[in-house]
Amino acid sequence: MFHFVRQRKYWYLISLLIIVPGIISLLFRGLNLGIDFTGGSLVEVQFQKQVSVQEVRAVLTGHGLERSVIQLSGDRQVLIRTGVITETQNQAMIESLGKEVGTLTVLRNEAVGPVIGKELAQRAILALLAAAVAIVVYISWRFEFKQGLAAIVALLHDALITIGIFSLFWIQVDSAFVAAVLTILGYSINATIVIFDRIRENAKAAKKTEPLEDVVNRSLWDTMARSINTSVTVMFMLLALFFLGGATLKAFVLALMIGVVSGTWSSIFIAGPVWLDLRKRLPRSKRPAGARA
Amino acid sequence: MRLGNLLKVAVILVVAAAVSLVSFYPVAGVPWLPLTQDINLGLDLRGGVHVVLEAVDTEDAKATPDAVQRSIGMLEERINQFGVTEPVIQQQGTNRIIVEIAGVDDPDAVVRDLIRPAYLEFRTEDGTTVLTGADLSDAREAINPNTREPEVNLTWNPEGAKTFAEVTAAHVGRRLGIYLDGHMLQNPEIKQPIPDGKAVITGYESLQEANRVAVLLRSGALPVKLDIMEKRTVGPQLGADSLERSVTAGAIGFGAILLFMVLYYRLPGLVSAVSLVVYATLVLLVLAAFNATLTLAGIFGFLLSLGIAIDANIIIFERLKEELRTGRSLRSAVDAGFKRAFVAILDANVTTLIAAVILYVFAPVMIKGFALTLGIGILISMFTGLVLTKWMLHLLAGSGMVNSPRLYLK
Repeated sequence: MFHFVRQRKYWYLISLLIIVPGIISLLFRGLNLGIDFTGGSLVEVQFQKQVSVQEVRAVLTGHGLERSVIQLSGDRQVLIRTGVITETQNQAMIESLGKEVGTLTVLRNEAVGPVIGKELAQRAILALLAAAVAIVVYISWRFEFKQGLAAIVALLHDALITIGIFSLFWIQVDSAFVAAVLTILGYSINATIVIFDRIRENAKAAKKTEPLEDVVNRSLWDTMARSINTSVTVMFMLLALFFLGGATLKAFVLALMIGVVSGTWSSIFIAGPVWLDLRKRLPRSKRPAGARA
Repeated sequence: MRLGNLLKVAVILVVAAAVSLVSFYPVAGVPWLPLTQDINLGLDLRGGVHVVLEAVDTEDAKATPDAVQRSIGMLEERINQFGVTEPVIQQQGTNRIIVEIAGVDDPDAVVRDLIRPAYLEFRTEDGTTVLTGADLSDAREAINPNTREPEVNLTWNPEGAKTFAEVTAAHVGRRLGIYLDGHMLQNPEIKQPIPDGKAVITGYESLQEANRVAVLLRSGALPVKLDIMEKRTVGPQLGADSLERSVTAGAIGFGAILLFMVLYYRLPGLVSAVSLVVYATLVLLVLAAFNATLTLAGIFGFLLSLGIAIDANIIIFERLKEELRTGRSLRSAVDAGFKRAFVAILDANVTTLIAAVILYVFAPVMIKGFALTLGIGILISMFTGLVLTKWMLHLLAGSGMVNSPRLYLK
């Protein structure tokens, strides 16, 4: 049986190779924030005939909106993102497009004021922090504090990988992204807990002479089929949604896919090994009575 | 007895199949079937508007609590005229109003109609506008101390009072129509000339009705400026498209999961497939029972929860296989497998539930649906995973007729 745990520095290294560029990208240019966070307007229209970005841009320039982002999806659908504009400007823009470019149907028209965007960003951060704290408290209660810490390292790992990749590839994030990151945290912690549960069980049954390293390794192998199969089934659903589910929530599904892969990896290669290192390096803390379930 | 167990499994299968078929598959002429028709579709699935409005101060009018009340009254009146079903109008904080209207063809036109200032006018029987909201300074409901009947008291500003005196003097016995946005609100009769600028409208059923009219009159008299803080409109075409695509994607993903489970776990895989179908039906039932509104994010949450719901089964089957490999009998392996898997499943699901609850509490409106379906999904998956799967496996093991290890192990 391959000894995962002894090779752990390589797994840490692989994770860092993805996380560090992500962090650098986050620090230097941050995230491509959508209108949910910055305020602004997003209009998706479908023309009856084929149109080009140039035609659309010409009309927008006439309205003083030359800095808008214009995206074609298919050759008749156009997605336009502008900064904060008034309802009147918004309507005037759509009217001109209809007159000067061609007959159109409005598929989606969203406008978010700057105040709302700011509130949303604050709530998102609050939600992430609250979830992280609640999860550590629960794990510390059901397992031990150091396992709670290790689980948080794994969570941070998954959050940084997902957010980092979105920053590196400059994929736009909206409010659904917050839901995606929280779901990833839930999924990843799920996987980690199943493994910790097995470690807890194997450690109880293990001989005194068996090194903890081997117990952790055995536990990882015991749960390997489950780890992979669960990720595979979730992935089936995500792949179907990604390719067939329509454009509206594509970035959301993409975030979940990255998160599921990262969560599977971190629960196997990061959480257990990090706990082992915490055990070895940190001074023993007195465990409160009844900490084990 | 042994055959009885197999029979029970067969009954479970038939019931599960029947319930889920009638739940999902449309049957013509039976209005309460399928279940899916009872679930409200969100704005993003059938087209509609979600707007957050804020009453703002202007030179003419301040955004007072009364102003917000008047705006809400006016919005309700307008939306009723659109003839849409179940609009949502609610106050958020002190001066924000959330409006949600589903199933409209031109959502943007609706938004335009909603935010224009109320236009109040008073017309004589020949249709001439003699007075407008600008002439009215206040309108309050009251109970007449003498007759004990509800009424609405109007106060005209000096200029309005002058015109009103002339109009009432010239039109005694005829009616003066009160129009809001061109729509008749009331058509009271002028009983006598009123020179002092104070008019009384009587004939209300209740004080509440008088209040409603007073609020509407005030909304025309003291127009409030409403700013759009947030607007999300989805055209009906995109909504229908999103619904269709997500249902197709879900069906394919669901099929792939079932196939994988049967191929990998064999007989137990088949059992979990039945559990999963029951799971999906139960989640939809609960959503229908709670009158929840299913949004696109909600559908995604539901579909994702299918992938996660199968996790409990996978944990159990892996344990079951381990127990069988140690040479236990099938029946004791089933018991031991469940017992050992239970703690892991419980701990894992509780943490995910914590994340879902926090998401529900803190998340903005449009992803609340996602959190809700995820949370409901976790709870129900514990039931189908730990109770239904276990029951069926027990029955199968107890029947003694399907206990060849090859059905369970590779």
